[in-house]
Amino acid sequence: MLDIKNLHVKLEEEDKEILKGVDLSVEAGKVHAIMGPNGSGKSTLSYVLSGRDGYEVTEGSATLEGADILSMEPEERAAAGLFLAFQYPVEIPGVGNMTFLRTAVNAQRKARGEDEISAGDFLKLVREKAKDLRMDQDMLKRPVNVGFSGGEKKRNEILQMAILQPRMCILDETDSGLDVDAMKLVSQGVNALRDAGRSFLVITHYQRLLDHIVPDVVHIMSGGRIVQTGGPELARQVEEEGYGHLNEETA
Amino acid sequence: MATPTRVKQQALQAKHDALEARLAAMTMPAGGGWIVSARNAALTRLRETGLPHKRDEYWKYTDPATLVQPEPVQAALFDDDGEAPVFGEIDRVKLVFVDGVFDSDKSDDPSLAGVEIERLEEASTRDLHWARDLYGTLEARGQSPVRRPLATLNTAFATDGVLIRVTGRAAKPVSLVYLHRSETSDAILHHCIKVEAGAELTVLENGPAAARFNKVMEVDVAEGGTFHHVRAQGRDHERRAATHIFAQVAREATFKSFTLTANGVLTRNEVVVEFTGDDAVAHVAGACLGDGDFHHDDTVFVTHDAERCESRQVFKKVLRNGAIGVFQGKILVQPGAQKTDGYQISQSLLLDEDSQFLAKPELEIYADDVACSHGSTSGAIDEEGLFYLRSRGIPEGPATDLMVLAFLAEAIEEIDDEKIADDITSRLEAWLARRR
Repeated sequence: MLDIKNLHVKLEEEDKEILKGVDLSVEAGKVHAIMGPNGSGKSTLSYVLSGRDGYEVTEGSATLEGADILSMEPEERAAAGLFLAFQYPVEIPGVGNMTFLRTAVNAQRKARGEDEISAGDFLKLVREKAKDLRMDQDMLKRPVNVGFSGGEKKRNEILQMAILQPRMCILDETDSGLDVDAMKLVSQGVNALRDAGRSFLVITHYQRLLDHIVPDVVHIMSGGRIVQTGGPELARQVEEEGYGHLNEETA
Repeated sequence: MATPTRVKQQALQAKHDALEARLAAMTMPAGGGWIVSARNAALTRLRETGLPHKRDEYWKYTDPATLVQPEPVQAALFDDDGEAPVFGEIDRVKLVFVDGVFDSDKSDDPSLAGVEIERLEEASTRDLHWARDLYGTLEARGQSPVRRPLATLNTAFATDGVLIRVTGRAAKPVSLVYLHRSETSDAILHHCIKVEAGAELTVLENGPAAARFNKVMEVDVAEGGTFHHVRAQGRDHERRAATHIFAQVAREATFKSFTLTANGVLTRNEVVVEFTGDDAVAHVAGACLGDGDFHHDDTVFVTHDAERCESRQVFKKVLRNGAIGVFQGKILVQPGAQKTDGYQISQSLLLDEDSQFLAKPELEIYADDVACSHGSTSGAIDEEGLFYLRSRGIPEGPATDLMVLAFLAEAIEEIDDEKIADDITSRLEAWLARRR
């Protein structure tokens, strides 16, 4: 599904390399987790994959089902099936959540040469998915993320994911700012989307999210590289030992 | 070297020279009756002030030369390419003016609005007390503390307009449609609107009107009355307009005015509102879209001279390719106007580095128990928001439009009628889509 090879990325503004040769392959239907200390490059990886400005790829490649996503505009990556659940979802005053969702669904359909969704089908779809995430009508009517609590913003990310049905989902620190109940809701939302044709890359600092979204593979990232790969047990090891030992190993 | 006094004298002389040059090219409209004395009084006032000059403080950001000069600048006619007429879906009574002249063939039967409507040209010989008392009166009062000579010129020389009096609830909105058919037309219209106690009226205006348009609307809203005004200024790019609204708002009355301006090389919209009774409400809002050779000036003056009145000024401007937006807005709270609630916001969204927004927000408060706030900002599109929309699959063009509409939303929300607001929003969307 997602293949990242020897990816080197630096900040455009300053001559500072953040990713120093990332190699990662996420197979269809699998959930991979990336853990790592602050500043290891986890979030940068998610931004670069989704097409955010400010980063320069100096070497390497990233493909989604064989297609070079790094040469695509952010909207083209979305239409190709990539989705990033933001660590800090953006507030957009004046744009209603429903308008935003419908515009996004129809833009992706148009890019894929499909017909627009009917108003009735769209409403039904949103109501059903919102109910699963316990989002009320008011949250759907309000401007995108404006006045939402941290947990509501994250649930809104998962709602978008549930409606847009991407094939490759990247979750960037989705657990930050969530209490236990919200974490359960969000995890249920994610788990409901797991299927053979969809892959996940779950980026997190802590192991606790991975108790709810159980990964197939866990990677440890440090200093802009994947330094260790293993099964779910690796996450528990990190929980017990912390990231301190990494510095010695990679030094 | 010229001394400051000498410069001032020269500027004053220029204002009077400009007036004499303009007057030489004009004739007082024919007819008699009560209007003649109003016209003559206005002319006398005009001779005291002269016409606006770019050195006037009030015209610091907008050069009035082309509004003042004897002949209008020629303005090419505009082909709207079959666009659906503005307010076309609204059940309204249409009164059409072509280059400033009422056209009864193109207009609906005025009686359908369920209000008294008279044509200025015909009404002056009749004994309409209310119109006689209103014509030029609010305009004259609006000359202090700042002179507005183009409005005085209008009172003296207006050739046409409507006089509307409503005593109950109007059956339909009165829709004033201004068509532009001559490249050199110079239209001067003057409307008087009297909303009697407890009565309700909506007035719609749209169209470019003429190559050069000078319009005054005097609105007197009596106790408990409600007046709504929604205006869409024409898309004709080369037209120039100077408009004034003078409103007097009595106890528990409501006055709301919204203007959409898309295109136009020069527009100066002045709104002067005075509260004369307690517990009244006045909202003045504007959304404007400027692209390229575009200069739009909103100049608003709200005077609170009563207790517990609420005023809102909400102005939003989207500017690109060197377009210029101006906002001069003032809230004056007189001694004794306690519990005044005054709000003013003026914001611009600059879509490139060539565009400019010039704002002069002012508060002048002489009462001690008031809540007044104002804010003015200029900014670019929020890149974070734009990326967020794009990351969900919305291409850059439509995502930018969505952000622009979101920026304008606070002004559009000032329109109470949902259908009218939808019409205005669809104009905005079409304007944006054409420029993608």
